[in-house]
Order: sequence, then C-alpha cells, then structure tokens
Amino acid sequence: MTGADLPLWAAILIVTLAILGAGLSLLGAVGLTTFRTFYERVHAPTLGATLGMVLVLIASTVFFTIIDGRFMPREILIGLFLTVTTPVTLTLLARAAIFRDRTEGKKKVPATKEKSAQS
Amino acid sequence: MRAVFPHPILSLGLFAASLLMSASVAPPSLALAALAAVLAPQVMRVLSVDRVRIRSPKAVLQLAAVVAVDVIRSNWEVAWVILGRRRHERKAGFIHIPLQMRDRHGLAVLAIIITSTPGTLWVEYEAATGQLLLHVLDLVDEDEWIELIKTRYERRLMEIFE
Amino acid sequence: MSALVLAWGLGLAQLMLVAAMGLTAWRIARGPRAQDRILGMDALYLNAMLLIVVFGIRTGSPLYFEAALIIGMLGFAATVALAKFLMRGEVIE
Repeated sequence: MTGADLPLWAAILIVTLAILGAGLSLLGAVGLTTFRTFYERVHAPTLGATLGMVLVLIASTVFFTIIDGRFMPREILIGLFLTVTTPVTLTLLARAAIFRDRTEGKKKVPATKEKSAQS
Repeated sequence: MRAVFPHPILSLGLFAASLLMSASVAPPSLALAALAAVLAPQVMRVLSVDRVRIRSPKAVLQLAAVVAVDVIRSNWEVAWVILGRRRHERKAGFIHIPLQMRDRHGLAVLAIIITSTPGTLWVEYEAATGQLLLHVLDLVDEDEWIELIKTRYERRLMEIFE
Repeated sequence: MSALVLAWGLGLAQLMLVAAMGLTAWRIARGPRAQDRILGMDALYLNAMLLIVVFGIRTGSPLYFEAALIIGMLGFAATVALAKFLMRGEVIE
C-alpha cells in the first residue's frame, strides 16, 4: 500500500499536521533570527522542539499506522528522547552564556550568590 | 520480585522501547526486550541509583494533562510574540523563585516542564538555598509567574514525589 | 487525489523546514557570540531531523526513522559537548 491508496481524509489530516508542525518550527527559526538578545533567542527553538516536533511525529505515526495496517508508534522514541534532552541542552547553553557574561562583568545578568567552589 | 525488578518502571519502559526499536512483536524481539528489561536494572543497582517512588498515580495524570495544555497555550503565546504583537510593551527578564521541593527526581521533572513550555527557561538552581533562576520571555508580573509555577507545578510534583 | 494532496502538502512542509534551516544557518554565520552559534546549530539539527521525518512520510519508507533518531542523538551530544566547552574550556574533566 502506498500513499496513493490512502483515504483522502487521512491524507488531509497528515498534511495538516505536518504543515502545522513545520510552520511552528519555521516560526521558531524566525524568532531565532529576529530576537535581539541571546536570552530571548534561547526561547525560540523550543517552539519546534515541543509542539512542532510532536505534530510532525504524530503525522508520521498516523501515516505509517494506516499504510502498514498496524499500530507501532516508533516515533514515540524520538519524541521522548527530544523531550528529555532539550531541557538539558538549553539549560546548559543558558548557563554557559550566563557564566561568560558574569566573567565579563555584564550588568544585565543577575550576579551569582557566592557559590561554593564546585568540581 | 524486588530482586529481579528493582526498578519496575525502568524495566517496563525499556521493554516497550526495545519492542518499538525493532518494530515487531515476533519472539526474537520479545526475547531481546525481556533481556533488556531484566539486565539494565541490574546495572542500575551497581550504580546504586535511588529508587523513584511515585506516591500518587492520579496526580501524575493530572500533572500530565495540565502540562499538555500549558505547552500548547505557551506555544501559541510565544508564536504571537515572535510575530511581533505587543513588541513595545514586552520585556524579558530573569526571576528568582524560592522552591520548597528538595526531591531530585521532582526537580528534574520540573526542569523538563519549565523548559518544555516555550517562554520560560530554567537557568540555574542552587541546592543550598533552593533558589531557582528562571528566564522569562514575556515578563509582565513577576509575582504572577512565581505563583503560577509554585501552585501549578511544584505543589503537584511534591504530591507525587515527596 | 490523496497522492496529490500528500505530495503538495508534504512538499510545502519540507520547504518550510528548509527555510527554517536557512534561517538557523544565518544565525550560525552571524553570531554574534559563540553561544548564539551553538544555539543555531542545535536548532539546525532539530529542523534537519524533522525534515527527514517528513521525507520518510513522503517516500513511505520506514528506514528514515533510524536516520532521524540518530540525527537527534548526534545533535544532543554535539550541543552538550560544545556548551560544556564554553563553560569550562574542556569537554571531559
């Protein structure tokens, strides 16, 4: 069974989900280019990394469920992995940025509260 | 039972993930999945990882529903911010939030929730004071954000983990 | 009919993702600081992964799933290593 044998409602559903997801991801990329400071820009890719990613993966799940005639949502693995890792990368990146700004003595970031020497 | 499956949730998750990876429920895939489910928790025992204790499964479902709604809502809001509505009155900034929760698993889940809702970002947490540093994209009212995170997420997470 | 809908709709989604990749690439080239470039690279990986998932739907082949999973994992490892390098000046300590 190929894409041509798909019922029309399924094709429209899949296409709608994929376009919405891709649109959110594109919007995130637009935010990445238009926001002025780094701390604002960090927020932009989370659009694609949360709802955008989920919508595209649901589109893929719907497509392969109908094509293969069985329910095997492998996309859940990608979704779970991204959900768990995105906070790690973004937090680490934000901390790296705030660390660099503090060592350069920028005024905009909150100062550290005498942390105990770590590592 | 405890000796074979010291981490039942981990075992179940690995079993399901292994089946999904091989995309079949044929006997070889089932055997591989069962092997992963039995062996991986033994590795965890060597590493002496704390066992996760979930006190109230009902609160887990409630929290999941709240977070799903919040993710969709904040995606919508951040999309509007990017499209340039209210460009002049919007101001981004850092806020400090005093947390009462000390459970490590609860804090990890809170970090995932806060970062997964676009518009808020977990920056730093100090274990000694329980102070959490957040960056918020659309900071209208600082107290409102503190209230939101404490009542919406922290209270439910403490119900689940502590 | 549904083949037509799929081809055009998924083509549009792919175009949007390619445009997103272009914008993130611009951010990588533009900077201005190292953390901006790393953030752009993280977003680039994410969009590439979504593009491959959409490609998988378009061709109807389940093989692309593995490729998408691996790109997602590589993106995570690369971004974490680079962010760690920014913070400490070394990756493994």
